[in-house]
Amino acid sequence: MVQIAQGDHPEAPTGWREYFSFSVDHKVIGIQYLVTTFIFYLLGGLLAMVIRYELLTPDATLDPNLYNSVFTIHATVMIFLWLVPALAGFGNYVVPLMIGTRDMAFPRLNALSFWMIPPGGILLMSSFLVKTGAAGAGWWSYPPLSAQLVAEGDKMVTNTGEVIWLASVIFLGTSSILAAINFIVTILGMRTKGMTLFRMPLFCWTTLTTACITLIATPVLAGALILLMFDITQGTVFFNPTGGGDPVVYQHMFWFYSHPAVYIMILPAMGIISEVLPVFSRKPLFGYKALAISTIGIGVLGFTVWAHHMFTSGTPDWLRMFFMITSMIIAVPTGIKVFSWIATVWGGKLELNSAMLFAMSFVSMFVVGGLSGIMLASVPVDIHVSNTYFVVAHLHYVLFGGSVFAIYAGIYYWFPKMTGRMLNEFWGKVHFYTTFVGFNLCFLPMHWLGTHGMPRRVAAYAVDFQTLNVIVSIGGFLLGISTLPFLFNVIYCWIKGERATANPWRALTLEWTVSSPPPVENFEVLPEITEGPYEYGKPLLSVPQQQQS
Amino acid sequence: MQSSTSSNDSVLDANIAQAASASSVHAHEHGPDLRMFGFSLFLVSEGMLFVGLFVAYFAFRASAPAWPPAGTPELEKFMPSVFTAILVASSGVIYLADRALLKGDMGKFRLFWGLTTLMGLIFLGGQAYEWANLTFTLKSGLYGGTFYVLTGFHGMHVIIGIILQIIMLIRSFKAGRYTPESHYGPAATSVYWHFVDVVWVALFGMLYIL
Repeated sequence: MVQIAQGDHPEAPTGWREYFSFSVDHKVIGIQYLVTTFIFYLLGGLLAMVIRYELLTPDATLDPNLYNSVFTIHATVMIFLWLVPALAGFGNYVVPLMIGTRDMAFPRLNALSFWMIPPGGILLMSSFLVKTGAAGAGWWSYPPLSAQLVAEGDKMVTNTGEVIWLASVIFLGTSSILAAINFIVTILGMRTKGMTLFRMPLFCWTTLTTACITLIATPVLAGALILLMFDITQGTVFFNPTGGGDPVVYQHMFWFYSHPAVYIMILPAMGIISEVLPVFSRKPLFGYKALAISTIGIGVLGFTVWAHHMFTSGTPDWLRMFFMITSMIIAVPTGIKVFSWIATVWGGKLELNSAMLFAMSFVSMFVVGGLSGIMLASVPVDIHVSNTYFVVAHLHYVLFGGSVFAIYAGIYYWFPKMTGRMLNEFWGKVHFYTTFVGFNLCFLPMHWLGTHGMPRRVAAYAVDFQTLNVIVSIGGFLLGISTLPFLFNVIYCWIKGERATANPWRALTLEWTVSSPPPVENFEVLPEITEGPYEYGKPLLSVPQQQQS
Repeated sequence: MQSSTSSNDSVLDANIAQAASASSVHAHEHGPDLRMFGFSLFLVSEGMLFVGLFVAYFAFRASAPAWPPAGTPELEKFMPSVFTAILVASSGVIYLADRALLKGDMGKFRLFWGLTTLMGLIFLGGQAYEWANLTFTLKSGLYGGTFYVLTGFHGMHVIIGIILQIIMLIRSFKAGRYTPESHYGPAATSVYWHFVDVVWVALFGMLYIL
């Protein structure tokens, strides 16, 4: 425990004030991450409601520039302020417990990574208040569109909203790099005795892989954004074709980060699922090693597929072919995972509570998104549906039906551990069914809209598309409403819920061997591991008896 | 292990009681020092920032009809080569400072450490002199833009390195602050300095030689 100087952990988080302080306890920081990012999720969701309101009618109701800003900030918030940091929040809370250590390797750096998120997010949201309006070039921020001057009154000025967007994303990216360093060092350097790599719970594997992707890919995005920042504020011509620059270079740098970023958002979600499914099936996880290795496989292959986002960017044929093949190869490790999860559930003694329902629907929704992904990886199909609602449907099946469902599963699963209280099952199920129905009502029809040619990111659309768009909007509003029972449930149960025992789910990973919530430095005596994490029916640990007195 | 069926209140009480003694109870545990591992990972991500910018540079260069563009003279090579030699040599000097620190010879450490800082400052001065005398600017197309952004980014890293070195030098006057066994600050700073050097060698090759 070299990193944790004595006195860093003066007392347990006994009151709410702890959560507003620069605490260095990984459990406090984990909850800070989750609550903060959930607030941003609600804000991003409100923006989505605005989008669905606009698309109720074929004509542009809002100012089209405002609409552009709304979908741009919606995507940016959901990616950089919700999915990426929320999954890091689970990592912060659960990983040190799972590998049997007292805290992250660098607790102060950990607190810093978290405390960069609120200012970054507030900065981003504040760009709605500047005169030029918030960034409106989509979350890709492709030049030359993003680098154009914008009208302010009767003169053309630098796009301040875009500059704020760039600053905010660079800031949030730095935060996630610092968190990634912490995760890698913690997982590789601080596992307890007997916790070999292949005895780690899968969530640790996915967090480790994600951290490696973040570490390698994020700086390249920062490089692209810095060059774009120079173009906008200093008048350089890196991505400006009229001055000899090349906007496609930006696209390559952007997707070199942003395709792996998809795995940053889905791999830890897969990790959560791999924890929840075996516990509520009462069976060992099927194909543990295959799941661990396919995680690394996805992480590595993820760096070789980025230009499939650029099939219509003048990419030469041989390069398209290369990226089409590599993208389809990703389906192999992903398929291994899906079949392992199905085999885990198969013949199990299922306990269909809220966590399990979300986990199982993760698998089915993710398969839908994965299959439309393979369609999009195919060059001829992609050219047909490029920049249509088919892409919007695909990405929401992966990131909402995938990642968000997994985050919900994770919250239902770990809430008792984090707060020492149980969530209400009835309201949990209400939340699940409204979310599931709302989600499919909202995003399934988008496949048809896309194949019929409705373009994304446009405020107005052809009259023929209205019926489906109204259905989509109804689904969207239902999805918005479905958050309310969840919020009610979490807030009520955090204060007044039934007390949770140390191990309410009878799970075998280490976080369940300590009390709920766990004591400040997690373990009285660091446990020693003799078996894998999912060996249901076998003794797991030679744990020195945990404190109960 | 499935031990907790007892009343939860008592568990919570136990937690709170335990918290007070936690840091002293666990003080005897000693994990490995992971700071250098973490710092190396930071340098990996720094390296990827430069790799991204380098690749962009080559892509821009490949798309340009002439490099340097017509009308822009080739960069003067002699003085930059001298300053490059000084920066590369400073990596050797900081290594000597590390060696001295490992032997506990603080006087020699400060001598070589200060010399490294001086050499870094000379390099920066040379860079500033070159910037002041170039005929093109940041806005001179891709050529000017990439030159200033790349050398500027690197120069910023040299400045950070020098600031770190000055901090370590001042701290080293406090007796026992750095010992042959415990000197993470200087060790990380010198790794950082080697990194900045390697980046410069790559940059020098790209911008001046190729």
